[in-house]
Amino acid sequence: MTDGTPLLEARGVTRILPGIVPVTLVENISIVFGHGEFVSITGPSGSGKSSLLYLLGLLDVPTTGEVFINGVSTAELNKTERAETRLKTIGFVFQFHFLLPEFSALDNVMLPMRKLGLRDAVEMRESAAGLLSALGLEEHLHKRPDQLSGGQRQRVAVARALANDPPLILADEPTGSLDSRSTEQVFHILKKIVDNEGRTVIAVTHEMDFAAATERRIHLVDGRVAQDEAQSPASAMRGGGPEALGSHAQS
Amino acid sequence: MHLIADIAATHIRGRGRQTFLSIAGVAMGVGFSIMMASLMQGSQEDFIDTLIDTIPHIAIEDEERHPPVQPASMTFDAVKIEGLRPREKLRGIRNADGIIASLESWLPGDVAPNLTGQAVIRYAGKDLSVTVVGIDVDAERLVSTIDDDMREGSLDDLNTTANGLVVGDGVLDRLGAKVGDLVTVTSPVGVVRKFKIVGSFHTGAVANDNGLGYTLLKTAQVIQDKANVVNRIRIRLDDVNASTPIAARLESQFGYKAESWEEANEGLMEAFLIRNIIMFTVVAAILIVAGFGIFNIISQITHEKAHDIAIMKSLGFPESDIIRIFVIEGLAIGAAGSLLGCVFGFALCQALGQVEFEFAATTEVTRLPLMYSVWHYAIASGFALGSAAVAGWLPARNAARLNPVDIIRGAA
Repeated sequence: MTDGTPLLEARGVTRILPGIVPVTLVENISIVFGHGEFVSITGPSGSGKSSLLYLLGLLDVPTTGEVFINGVSTAELNKTERAETRLKTIGFVFQFHFLLPEFSALDNVMLPMRKLGLRDAVEMRESAAGLLSALGLEEHLHKRPDQLSGGQRQRVAVARALANDPPLILADEPTGSLDSRSTEQVFHILKKIVDNEGRTVIAVTHEMDFAAATERRIHLVDGRVAQDEAQSPASAMRGGGPEALGSHAQS
Repeated sequence: MHLIADIAATHIRGRGRQTFLSIAGVAMGVGFSIMMASLMQGSQEDFIDTLIDTIPHIAIEDEERHPPVQPASMTFDAVKIEGLRPREKLRGIRNADGIIASLESWLPGDVAPNLTGQAVIRYAGKDLSVTVVGIDVDAERLVSTIDDDMREGSLDDLNTTANGLVVGDGVLDRLGAKVGDLVTVTSPVGVVRKFKIVGSFHTGAVANDNGLGYTLLKTAQVIQDKANVVNRIRIRLDDVNASTPIAARLESQFGYKAESWEEANEGLMEAFLIRNIIMFTVVAAILIVAGFGIFNIISQITHEKAHDIAIMKSLGFPESDIIRIFVIEGLAIGAAGSLLGCVFGFALCQALGQVEFEFAATTEVTRLPLMYSVWHYAIASGFALGSAAVAGWLPARNAARLNPVDIIRGAA
């Protein structure tokens, strides 16, 4: 993991929406992400933070520039190959949980595992149950999304993002629709993923508390990187969550 | 269960009433198609059965397909020879006895010789032109159903009465005669004989009932002045469907025109072909309409499940998986509908089979002719499944193309 190759790299990425009046979403962005980083992307509405996340997550294709994963360019991949890369190396968490409503929490977490199809049913079940239990949901394995609270649903979504053990988690406003208590919970979970498991989490957020508590903050303005500052690990350690770091929420 | 099928199942399970309606739509389509095919083919078979009962399967006539080559043309190597008078020939099948003996030795069926000719029947001052067929009573019974059509008297009376004549009941009506009366028969060659009407028949075919008479072959040869001549050999085969190849073989063997029932009724066969094309068009239309029901429900599901599609795509499901989910849903509805439709179609056929008709002319009870064939069920189900697959695939293709980013953005 630490052979020097960055986990994720954007090199001169520009995304322009074609149209009568072409709209530039992000412009000439070059960023490198290593393993075990906890990164927040902030910026005003329309600054292109979500667009950048989708480009990094291979959900969208840059107009110019390239995205590298583990040092390999993704520019030449077709739709199916990009889907496969997402399945294996990227976990997504969105503002809304997007759980399949007819499936139980356990089945929702098993969905990416079953798609990858590397393990047998018993293993997948155990692994999914383990992920959910680690997020404090051991009582709710067989409940459907509509029987869970908003915070619980979002934790199921995080468990689903972790299902195939990806090195990279991309989160788009993961706490955007949660109350402060749930926000804190989700934040701690994400932090634990970074600190204990060495994964990289990149989270788009407009909550300054959340952003302030991350180790690295990227600020976008008008589709460009305005600021990319790494907080000292010490101060990040001292802070346990967004509430505790409320006073630092200025970037 | 397989993941894709699992997801498809949850979509269908979530909407019982709608799914049931779509299945019922397909089932109705399949059921009615089966019933229609069964009825159409049944009536066709029934018609052909009736038709080939009344006509010979193969008739060898004293004609040739092509005019015979004149000896002069063979002798001189000329482009055209004018003013030749063709040699007069005695009409009739030469060596008919030999041909019949040969046929009886190998042909799978029965053979009867005829001498057919025109004659005028005169009774009580009325003249009526009829076709008089000279028959061998015992042989004729084997190749035609005339025995079953007898109203009065019987064919055997021809053998026991000198100059006996059996005519259609229409002939009797038009002459005002009845069985047992004496009539005068005049042939085209001028032979006049007194005949006794010993029987009448009713075939249901007006042309025959109003203009056909039977007498013994020997008697016909006398009035037509053609001693020992036969001009028609009627053949009834054990296997009706072999008639065309056997007719071709007889023709090449004997040189006379041998006409199978299929050739004699070419126009009818064409009509049946057109009827079948119409039937399959209507069946296809019914099933395509049923397909619209499926299209409707699947495209509704794809709209409602746009979020699911988006998240599955972002999780790493390729487009082909998304398409497969909805095609499976379409196929499942199609398969359930086909299965139900087969049962429904069979039940409809059974019910129609119970309906009885009474024709005024005959007192016998007729039922609708229905034909049961596995093919009807297979074709209707196959077509329903095909249209179900297309109906699932069309909206699925659009749904799979959705860009997950658009939907995730839209939800936020």
